[in-house]
Amino acid sequence: MAKVLMKGNEAIGAAAIEAGCRYFFGYPITPQSELPEYMARELPKVGGVFLQAESEIAAINMVYGAAGSGARVMTSSSSPGISLKQEGISYIAGAELPCLIVNIMRGGPGLGSIQPSQTDYFQATRGGGNGDYRLVVLAPSNVQELVDLIIEGFDIADQYRNPVMILGDGMIGQMMEPVEFKKPKKRELPPKDWATDGTKGKRKPNIINSLYLSPEELEAHNIRLQAKYQKIKENEVKVESYNIEDADVVIAAYGTTSRIAKTAIAQLEKEGYKVGLIRPITLWPYPYDEFNKISDKCKGVLVVEMNSGQMVDDVKIAVNGRFPVHFHGRMGGMVPTPSEIIEKVKKIYGGEI
Amino acid sequence: MSIVFQKTRGLTDVPTHYCPGCTHGIIHRLVAEVLEELGVLDKAIGVAPVGCSVLAYKYFNCDMHEAAHGRAPAVATGIKRVHPDNFVFTYQGDGDLASIGTAEIVHAALRGEKISTIFVNNAIYGMTGGQMAPTTLVGQRATTAPNGRDENHCGKPIRMSELLATIDGAKFVERVTVTTPAHIRKAKKAIKECFQVQLDGKGFGIVEVLSTCPTNWGYTPQEALKWLEENMIPYYPLGNFKRPEEVE
Repeated sequence: MAKVLMKGNEAIGAAAIEAGCRYFFGYPITPQSELPEYMARELPKVGGVFLQAESEIAAINMVYGAAGSGARVMTSSSSPGISLKQEGISYIAGAELPCLIVNIMRGGPGLGSIQPSQTDYFQATRGGGNGDYRLVVLAPSNVQELVDLIIEGFDIADQYRNPVMILGDGMIGQMMEPVEFKKPKKRELPPKDWATDGTKGKRKPNIINSLYLSPEELEAHNIRLQAKYQKIKENEVKVESYNIEDADVVIAAYGTTSRIAKTAIAQLEKEGYKVGLIRPITLWPYPYDEFNKISDKCKGVLVVEMNSGQMVDDVKIAVNGRFPVHFHGRMGGMVPTPSEIIEKVKKIYGGEI
Repeated sequence: MSIVFQKTRGLTDVPTHYCPGCTHGIIHRLVAEVLEELGVLDKAIGVAPVGCSVLAYKYFNCDMHEAAHGRAPAVATGIKRVHPDNFVFTYQGDGDLASIGTAEIVHAALRGEKISTIFVNNAIYGMTGGQMAPTTLVGQRATTAPNGRDENHCGKPIRMSELLATIDGAKFVERVTVTTPAHIRKAKKAIKECFQVQLDGKGFGIVEVLSTCPTNWGYTPQEALKWLEENMIPYYPLGNFKRPEEVE
C-alpha cells in the first residue's frame, strides 16, 4: 500500500478501522477532536458505530459495555477527559476487557492548556483509577509508529484481555507525516467465549464483573491479574536504543521529546560528543533492563520530558544508582529545544552537574 | 400429574441476599417472568447497578454486566449498539439512577436508546445503610438526614418518571408498585409493555417501581407496605405517563 500523508489524529482513526475496530464512543476535547470527527465520518461507511456520549464518563462506560459484548472498541480523549474516564478504566481492567484508549495529552493540572505535554505519565503508568491494575501504555514518536501501535494495540488488548492506552501528546496528534498501513506480527488471539451476546439457550450466562465480595476470591482474582501483568512484562517490552554501549551521556526520552533529543544528539556528535538514547516505546511495561546495557564509563543519564519529571522515577529504578540521573523538562505546553538539551549534556560532560 | 405452576426459568437457583420484606424479590421475579414469557431470555443482556441490587447479575438467568454506580444506561448503550438484535435492560435503584446516574439515564432516554430500564425507588440508600436519597421524602428520616429531609437544605425529592416523560426519545414511562396482588399484576403488565416497546424498536422505556425498605425505614414488612402506600404514592403518583400510541 502506498504511503499517504495524514494528520496524527486522523491516522489513529484510519489505523483503528484497518485493525477492525467498528465502535467508537467519545466526547469532544482539544487537541484530539479530529479523531472523533474522523470516526463520525468514516465508521458508518464500514458498518460501524460512532456515538458521541454525554460525557467522558458515559463514553468509557459505553466502551465497557461494547467490550464486554465482544466488540473491538475504542475511545479517545485528552488529559482532563482521561481523568474522568479513570473510573471506567479501572472497571475495564478489573473485568479484564480488551479495548483501546487514546490520550492526546495537554498541559495541566486542572483545565491547564491545550498545548502538547507529557503530564499524564504517572496517571497512565501507575494506574490512574482505583485498585491494583496496569494498562499497557504505548508511546509513539511519529505518525507511522502511531499507526503501527494502534493496529498492534488492539491485538495486545485481545491477547491479554487488558485495556491498552496510546499515550501521545498534542504535537503528534496535530502533526502530518506519510504513513502506510502494515499488518502487525501474527498473534494467537483467544476466542471471546466470555462475551455477553445472549446465551441462545446453548450455554450458561456470561457475566462481566469486577465485584468479588469475598476477600479470598478478590485476592485470588488479583493474583491472577498480577500473573497476567508479569507475562506482559516478559513479552511486550518495546524500546529503541542508540549507541548506549559507547556513550558518555545517555538521554532517556519518549514520544515527541525523543525526536528533539535525536536532533540534539546529531548536533552533539558533530562536535565530538558521544551521546546515546534510550527511547521507551512501552511506558508500561517499562524497559528497565535496557539501562543495564549502558557502559560503565557513562557519566550520567539525562531524562528529557514535557513535564516536571515523571519518567525520572522509572529511570532511577532502572539505573539503580549506577549513574547520576539528571532531568530537563519544560511544563505548561512549552517544548524543550535541542539547544537546551545540548547545554545540559555539555554540563554533565564537564562535571558541572 | 400435570405441572400447573413452576418457578420461572428467568431466575437462577440461588438464594438472594435481600432483607426480609424487601420487595426487590417480587420485582426480580416479575422481570424474569416477563423475559421468559416474551421469549427473550436467551437473547437478553442485563446490566446490574451499584446499590442493593448490585448482585442482580447472580439472580437473572441471562448474560449480565455489573456496571459502575449510575452508569448502567451507558453500559447498556454500548451493549445494544454492538448487538442491536439482543434484548438489553438495566435494573437500577434510586441512588443509582436518580442521583449519581442522572446524566446517563437522561441521555439514554433522549437518544431514544432501544433499551428498557427497571427503576426501583425505595426512597433511601439501602445497601450503604439508610442514607438520604434524591427520592427521600420531605421529613423522612435517614442516617444523613437525622432530623428528616429538610427541603430548605436539600430540596424536594425528584420525580424521575415525570422528568423522563418530557423527553421525546422515551417512548414508555410508567410508575407502579408491588404492595398488593392487584398492584403486582399491574406492575407485570407495565414491565411487559415496556419490554415490548424495545422489541418493536420504538425507543427507550422505563418502569419505576415504588419499593419498600423495611430495614432502613425501621418498619416491619407490613408496616413498610402501609408506609409506602400512605406516604410515597401521594408524592409519586402511580400510572402511565407515556406509551407509544400517545406519541405517534
